[in-house]
Amino acid sequence: MKLHEYQSKTIFAKYGIPIPKGRVAATAVEAKHIAEELGGRVVVKSQVLVGGRGKAGGIKVAKSAAEAEQLAQQILAMEIKGLPVRKVLVDEAAAIEHEIYFAITNDRAAKKPVMIASAEGGMDIEEVAATKPEKIIKVHIDPLLGLRDYQSRDVAASIDLPREHWREFSRIAAGLWQAYLETDATLAEINPLVITKDKRLVALDGKMMIDDNALFRHADLNEMRDIDEEEPAETEARKYGLSYIKLDGNIGCMVNGAGLAMTSMDIVKLFGGSPANFLDIGGGAGSDKVSAAMKIILSDKNVKAVLFNIFGGITRCDEVARGILVAMDEVKPKVPMVVRLVGTNAEEGRKLLENAKMITAETLADAAQKAVQAAK
Amino acid sequence: MSILINKNTRLLVQGITGNEGLFHSTQMLAYGTNLVAGVTPGKGGEWVLDGKVPVFDSVKLAKEATDANCAVIFVPARFAPDAMFEAADAGIPLIVCITEGVAVQDMMRVRNYLDQKNVRLVGPNCPGMLTPGESKVGIIPGNIAIPGNVGVVSRSGTLTYEVLYALKLVGMGASTCVGIGGDPVNGTNFIDVLEMFEHDPHTEKVVLIGEIGGSDEDKAAEFIASKMTKPVVSFIAGQTAPPGKRMGHAGAIIEGGAGTAEGKVKALEAAGVKVAKHPEEIPSLLK
Repeated sequence: MKLHEYQSKTIFAKYGIPIPKGRVAATAVEAKHIAEELGGRVVVKSQVLVGGRGKAGGIKVAKSAAEAEQLAQQILAMEIKGLPVRKVLVDEAAAIEHEIYFAITNDRAAKKPVMIASAEGGMDIEEVAATKPEKIIKVHIDPLLGLRDYQSRDVAASIDLPREHWREFSRIAAGLWQAYLETDATLAEINPLVITKDKRLVALDGKMMIDDNALFRHADLNEMRDIDEEEPAETEARKYGLSYIKLDGNIGCMVNGAGLAMTSMDIVKLFGGSPANFLDIGGGAGSDKVSAAMKIILSDKNVKAVLFNIFGGITRCDEVARGILVAMDEVKPKVPMVVRLVGTNAEEGRKLLENAKMITAETLADAAQKAVQAAK
Repeated sequence: MSILINKNTRLLVQGITGNEGLFHSTQMLAYGTNLVAGVTPGKGGEWVLDGKVPVFDSVKLAKEATDANCAVIFVPARFAPDAMFEAADAGIPLIVCITEGVAVQDMMRVRNYLDQKNVRLVGPNCPGMLTPGESKVGIIPGNIAIPGNVGVVSRSGTLTYEVLYALKLVGMGASTCVGIGGDPVNGTNFIDVLEMFEHDPHTEKVVLIGEIGGSDEDKAAEFIASKMTKPVVSFIAGQTAPPGKRMGHAGAIIEGGAGTAEGKVKALEAAGVKVAKHPEEIPSLLK
């Protein structure tokens, strides 16, 4: 789950990381009031869950409260990479002397958390990583021991941070580590961490991602989820424990298992079709889950045919068949359906669907070809 | 012959009285797996599966009583890390975690702890292992594979079933099938299994099933090019998966350009691996 900048920075502040004064606003008038309270120059920042906000014109500096109102008006009317801007963060503007990149994330290859820092912070950190990898410092953290102070000092020294800031940097690193640990983050990123003209370290921007699998122990964070930024169908799918991603094609796919779901999409493409979605009903799905999945697929008006590919293991094919029948009865779909059932209780499943006027298939390739044909 | 599990495997099931644990224990026992014990805290002293399998309160007690040498875990995600620590501390050398949805920070702690104890973990979020005709540890349906000389290693679950089934349909069998799971932080990886297949005298060919994300397939390609003499056939899922709406830059910095299906296919082909366009093409590439 991604958190907005303002949410991430609120968490940072809780762990003692200095952030600029500011608040989030949903209207231009609110933004004006916040700017008046702050006084002086402010930054108006769009709050959307994508990168590249600055380059898209979603971050602007205002010299007065009136200008802040005007800029907020503009930004709140924008769409950034397809996402409408619904909120802006109004922060006091900082006098920046230097920008640093600083993050803690999971290194899946090393199986350890890793602290990443660079003296060349700011927007183009990915380019720095690609062109000047020696400018990126990485230090792994033992997950059983936690971050040690000397590691933070080593990082500070490696990025040539002036010594007067080392103590403060170590404090920020310790705070970021605690924030990462206690929220089950997969990413806690400060970019940039700035040295201000008056020699303070401040986290100007923040991004956090939280491990969805750990949300059971973070009810408070779960409430931060911004469902306005999701496809409604994806939100609906999550409610039923389904994994659904909408795509641009016209062949709806319902599959059990993520690997097989991706493979089914690949084969549809291989035979000249175009998948309308990724949908994994997971292992052991019952008929209610299957019928919910089918309604979600059919809510996409682009869908011209549906492919069911179920290899029963934990999942029982007869349960899937029952779910399909329930959904057919409720939705009364008009598009052709291709179904392939293999594995646990496949025979029973096929029998249940005998009278349902569905196209049946034996192999994966056969099923994909029939679906592509049916969508034409 | 086989790798990791065979007829001498003495299996213990953690979470044996739960819905899934009980269902799959029944299947494993019916397949002929030497299932010696179950563990459910608070239910020690009971017997399950028609009185054939004793239940213990802890892994330690179960190991003392039955000398189990492999544990398979069917407990819910929030309790799975504790179950893995418990099995490792009880001295079980091989742990297989079927559970899906374990938090990644938990897995980093588990993995680093188990490495220190020299315990092998397979999974989590995996279908387990199958040595056809000898032992089934996990949830791979037993009837979709026959004994043979093809070693199968996979990050996926149901996709693995497709491949085993496609092999069976043309009369090809598996020495052992290992599902290593699709989680970002897991126990056993491709290279561990490839090395075991290379040294197993009854494995003559290997099938490697990968998917997008991470760099394990790329590392496997390097290993195949430098260390393996046996032929390897592969399939990579996710060629058409769209790049996610990414946030933050740390992931890109860590993984560089790796992770795409295209990159993995290229790396494997450069290592001399035949890569199938779809899973049903695998048997013909093995011939």
